[in-house]
Amino acid sequence: MVYEEDNSETIEMRHIISILLENEAGALSRVAGLFSARAYNIESLTVAPTDDPSLSRMTVVTTGTDEIVEQVCKQLNKLIDVVKVVNLTDDVHVERELILIKVRAENEERDEVKRIVDIFHGHVIDMTDTTYTIEVTGDSEKIDAILKALEQITMLEVVRSGQLGMGRGAKGFV
Amino acid sequence: MELTGAEIIIECLKAEDVDYVFGYPGGAVLHIYDAFYKQDDVQHILVRHEQGATHAADGYARATGKAGVVLVTSGPGATNAVTGIATAYMDSIPMVVITGQVPKHLIGNDAFQEVDSVGITRPVVKHNFLIKDVKDIADTFKKAFYVATTGRPGPVVIDIPKDITAETLDFVYPSEIDMRSYNPTVKGHSRQIKRAIELIQRAERPMVYTGGGVILGNGSEQLRTFVRKLGYPITQTLMGLGAFPASDPLSLGMLGMYGTYEANMGMHHCDTLIAIGARFDDRVTGALEKFCPEAKIIHIDVDPASISKNVKVDVPIVGEVTQVLDAINAQLEQSAEGHNKAAIKKWWAQIDEWRAQDCLKYDRDSGTIKPQFVVEELFKVTRGDAFVTSDVGQHQMFAAQYYGFDKPRRWINSGGLGTMGFGLPAAMGVKLAFPDEEVACITGESSIQMCLQELSTCKQYALPVKIINLNNGYMGMVRQWQEFFYEKRYAMSYFDALPDFVALAEGYGHVGIKVEKPEDVRPALEEAFKQKDRLVFLDFITDREENVYPMIPSGAGLNEMILV
Repeated sequence: MVYEEDNSETIEMRHIISILLENEAGALSRVAGLFSARAYNIESLTVAPTDDPSLSRMTVVTTGTDEIVEQVCKQLNKLIDVVKVVNLTDDVHVERELILIKVRAENEERDEVKRIVDIFHGHVIDMTDTTYTIEVTGDSEKIDAILKALEQITMLEVVRSGQLGMGRGAKGFV
Repeated sequence: MELTGAEIIIECLKAEDVDYVFGYPGGAVLHIYDAFYKQDDVQHILVRHEQGATHAADGYARATGKAGVVLVTSGPGATNAVTGIATAYMDSIPMVVITGQVPKHLIGNDAFQEVDSVGITRPVVKHNFLIKDVKDIADTFKKAFYVATTGRPGPVVIDIPKDITAETLDFVYPSEIDMRSYNPTVKGHSRQIKRAIELIQRAERPMVYTGGGVILGNGSEQLRTFVRKLGYPITQTLMGLGAFPASDPLSLGMLGMYGTYEANMGMHHCDTLIAIGARFDDRVTGALEKFCPEAKIIHIDVDPASISKNVKVDVPIVGEVTQVLDAINAQLEQSAEGHNKAAIKKWWAQIDEWRAQDCLKYDRDSGTIKPQFVVEELFKVTRGDAFVTSDVGQHQMFAAQYYGFDKPRRWINSGGLGTMGFGLPAAMGVKLAFPDEEVACITGESSIQMCLQELSTCKQYALPVKIINLNNGYMGMVRQWQEFFYEKRYAMSYFDALPDFVALAEGYGHVGIKVEKPEDVRPALEEAFKQKDRLVFLDFITDREENVYPMIPSGAGLNEMILV
């Protein structure tokens, strides 16, 4: 049977959503499964236990119209393991991402790479005669910027943590 | 005293007041079956296929409001149950499904009859659990029944490795549970209720649109009070039929793709839509951009995610239907300001004009058995008071259109998933719950063959349901769409070989009656219902190419119906 295409013209925006959930086997797959089953986008997803080991905190970056993202948050809330969902995009917040980059650094490249790392307030956390491993943290624009700055250098490996987010101000999450 | 995990499971079921478990044994659940053998409190109904077990438990749940319970083994037992679990999920039916699992040390090992049941069922359950310790059994069962039956209900799967059912422990059933991550909203927001009342009283062309949520939430009484107090027209979805009596003149019948002319035109032209326990499904709304173009929409639902999912609403009210309608009814009672009687009178005059179309008329003199006629006669013979289950397709729509349900929980069908094969096992579950009531399964020659094996279960447990087989020799709804949209190219929508259903019924130890003439319909039905203790399979040879009207083609608005 035929289904109509939704052609409503609305703007897709980036949203960063923070989720507190039970730290139980399968909780992550419930969230990931929800996104794929309902055809929502995931740009990045990070998850780890909190100070309370029975809870995990997850940050998801997604894109969609306001209506879709509202539906994403409602569907997340509906998952039995989910304790709380906040769309951080609605309010002032901070975002951080960490990137590790292993680059080829030989001869005059070694100084050049070091300079770039300093400019981005990063660190070289491992080295060999021919390589540096760099760590940089920042918001995703900064991370994109250092990748651009290193474009001329041979990158052997790149790993990004995905965004972490937290609301600004004195208020806690729970 | 220490009990085995298997015995603890039985104790949990007893504590939850479970009287029937529908299931099928296998290696991973042998300890549990052994525990069943040693007790008489919970009766096990042995089906012939795990899909039948899930539909039977589902039918039981829909008729009683209690959670249906299923027990199947690992691997194929679990996968066979998936269709039934998904069926319950789509219609929000409370169900607890226990699946056996290979022993803990073999999980992930591609062991014999191993499947990731929690993974496979995850998208079609309200929640699921894998029990990893005998200590967790009691708690998990308590949670499972609580989650399945509260808020927006749904199926819950409990996967239990075999070794855990053999370990022993003292049994203590928790008296209550606290889940920090699960707190369904019960009461509606008072300010939203106030806004809703303003809109309701100001309405000039109101329409009440209700769905399965009213039945699931046991809100039928409150709904009747609400609608009758206002005298507003009401239309019900396929899943909502019976919450408000079809025989009441305020009822416009079903809406949507195969809804009545008056209901769909009323929807299209209303200025205030009061949606209660309905989810704006695509079979109801038609093209979203053409849906209720002039209406302010109030939506009452227990599930916040249902609100503004497909259609943006103006006044959302999250809460249980009984609570919200009680609050609204009480405030309407107190409110000095009445509703707009003159405008409502004019609105009814318009609706009556649409009604005069008589959209459910059909050719009564064709000389063939019309499926609509069979349903109408069934209604008369059962005085409109039977439990009616159905499969999926044309016969399902005919049943919904022509059997006027006056009570909730009497009409039992797979609306969301549209599962062929649902009707017969569902009827078994209903009959077990209500042995003294008439139970009819309206089906077709294609649907009935999808869970036909359950005729054997009906024999074993003496379940005298009546099967109304509307046999037109086609997968009628597929054929109808092929007629309308594929220039009658009837690709694979009929079987070149059909069984002799009378002989088949007799082969299973039942009574079979073949009916080929319109004048034989009534006597055959009367004969069937006279045989109180026998399952009677009525094979009605109906008009081969009858269509379901009215019909809204995909992509059209509710005002763009094809009429007969």
